[in-house]
Amino acid sequence: MANKPVTRTASRVTKKRVLSGVHFMNGDEAIAEGAIAAGCTFFAAYPITPQSEIAERMARRLPQVDGVFIQMEDELGAMAAVIGAAWGGVKAMTATSGPGFSLMMENLGLAVMTETPCVIANVQRGAPSTGLPTLVGQGDMMQARWGSHGHYEIIALSPASPQEAFDLTVKAFALSERFRSPVLLMTDEVVGHMYERVEIPEEVPVAPRRKPKAPPDGFLPFKPEEDLVPPMACAGDGYRIHVTGLTHDERGYPAMDAEAHDKLVRRLCEKITRFRDEFTWYEEVMTEDAEVLVISYGISARVSLGGVELARAKGIKAGLLRLITIWPFPDEVIRKFADRVGGLVVVEINLGQIYREVERASGGRVPMRGVFHAGGRIHTPEEVLAGIEEVLECRS
Amino acid sequence: MPIVKHKPKPKPEVLPGVRHPLEKYLRTDRLPHIWCSGCGLGIALSSFLYALEELEIDPDSVAVVSGIGCAGRFAGYVRLDSYHTTHGRAIPFATGLKLAKPDLKVVVFSGDGDLFAIGGNHFIHAARRNVDITVLCVNNFNYGMTGGQVGPTTPIEGRTTTTPYGNFEHPFNLVYLAASAGATYVARWTTLHARRLKESIKEALQHPGFNFIEIISPCPTNFGRRNKLGDALDEMRYYAEKAMIRHGADPAAAEVVPGKEFIVGKFVDTRKPTYLELYRKKVEELFGR
Repeated sequence: MANKPVTRTASRVTKKRVLSGVHFMNGDEAIAEGAIAAGCTFFAAYPITPQSEIAERMARRLPQVDGVFIQMEDELGAMAAVIGAAWGGVKAMTATSGPGFSLMMENLGLAVMTETPCVIANVQRGAPSTGLPTLVGQGDMMQARWGSHGHYEIIALSPASPQEAFDLTVKAFALSERFRSPVLLMTDEVVGHMYERVEIPEEVPVAPRRKPKAPPDGFLPFKPEEDLVPPMACAGDGYRIHVTGLTHDERGYPAMDAEAHDKLVRRLCEKITRFRDEFTWYEEVMTEDAEVLVISYGISARVSLGGVELARAKGIKAGLLRLITIWPFPDEVIRKFADRVGGLVVVEINLGQIYREVERASGGRVPMRGVFHAGGRIHTPEEVLAGIEEVLECRS
Repeated sequence: MPIVKHKPKPKPEVLPGVRHPLEKYLRTDRLPHIWCSGCGLGIALSSFLYALEELEIDPDSVAVVSGIGCAGRFAGYVRLDSYHTTHGRAIPFATGLKLAKPDLKVVVFSGDGDLFAIGGNHFIHAARRNVDITVLCVNNFNYGMTGGQVGPTTPIEGRTTTTPYGNFEHPFNLVYLAASAGATYVARWTTLHARRLKESIKEALQHPGFNFIEIISPCPTNFGRRNKLGDALDEMRYYAEKAMIRHGADPAAAEVVPGKEFIVGKFVDTRKPTYLELYRKKVEELFGR
């Protein structure tokens, strides 16, 4: 494969959904191509750095594949339009960065409550507020988990390369259909803007929507199947259902009582948590004999590998656990490793969001160090090495 | 909807074998509705449903999208594909729905606060784009659902729970706003003008592009009571006295000022390419068809 010619595609007009071949593209473009390959035909967004390349690629490509690109008036509208389009029967997506992610939280809740499959990419930058528009950050990880009001579960994936940005976007669409849930792609400015080799396979499957098998008469649109996910009757399918962000019963009708609410919220959470093993993805590097385990994700995980290699060169038995699925948090995976190693180091471009999750999951059974930076640059391998050495010192 | 129901509304007596002509469009198992007696939303609802009936529109080809508020509950009562969305976001939701499923007739039904305060930005942009949807706005001059607060259409000196000394903010003239933003069909009626409203909705449903109808409605529980407008019938008498039917009037002259005559009728009825027509044209150009 290494000698395959690199295909030039960005400016070509093609009706092809899957641009099979080897490409040189950045993470943002890979997300756009991953989405189209996965069958996405609707994209609504608002311009924001460092997301713009996703929207620009979509604006160019979607009209070629019978899709619709629309630049909305803001991210509130973009997220609402995505949910509307999903109920129109198509695969829909939006992309943004921190400030827009904040605005999307409102309708992210609607997507959770109405069980609407859709994908949201957040190309993270330095924050809070306008922060560092052109520079990297990973400070929205907790917002991804809890940003919309209320108690809910969400699936969030974090790619560490343009290739993985493509692959995970395809998987995000499949998961959104499988669970009838919004799925978040939590990437960052560096992965978004980094150009690398991206290999697009010959075929990319389009995940089917779970349609009702029962006839419209007496159909209960929010009655779940065995796996707690109800089939989805879209607009114009002849089911004439009611969909509301209010607490509702299996008929989809508002139900304003505590029992109905508890039942619904528990099911919405459980339909994801019960089947989390289906999508708890991570990568291990040099973990077999590791005494110190570095845990990281996204671009920080790539830097962390450099730190682990520096440590190995000094004779320190270090390993890397790169989290791909961030939410629901892989508690079991962390627990398993915490029992095996003598120290944990968490590397992330915020001041300790996933650190706290690791601390919680590992139950304080091993010494921990955080290698944090608030945003604006990635770590150096030397900083990661220093974290590894520190945690070793505190153990001895 | 209150958590503690003090006094359940009486269930209407249904005579065996007798069916209302609109029953097929209603989720009868959700009735009675939650709207107050004297509210104009019922008239707006039946005007819309009669319009569907008379146009013989396939119910499977219509979707209703509502925001939040009293009018936001409209979606819950129609036996159609209906979406009760977030506050202010009915229009962008409807935009996504329409663009994903162009064969669908998409109707947004919501209130003045939902569409013009929290959702104002979406309204003007959907009108500018000429997205092919019909927006029906029931204007009751205040936020009824939350207890009667000041809204973007509350007149000067209007009493609401958040303007206890009288409103001093300038209100929107919704007709003027819609026309300026590019809506290709703009009309205003009151709930007194039920048949004219129905005819207007029929026109809008057949008119391609962004259609807007303002429906002025009494709110006897909140705005009417606080402003001593009497009961719903008194408000209807007020409409009969003050509403002047002037088709083709200047939208700028369509202000609603308490105690003064105001214009109802059809203000704008023009044709320009819709968002989807222009989008498709671009795609055709792209492939040189």
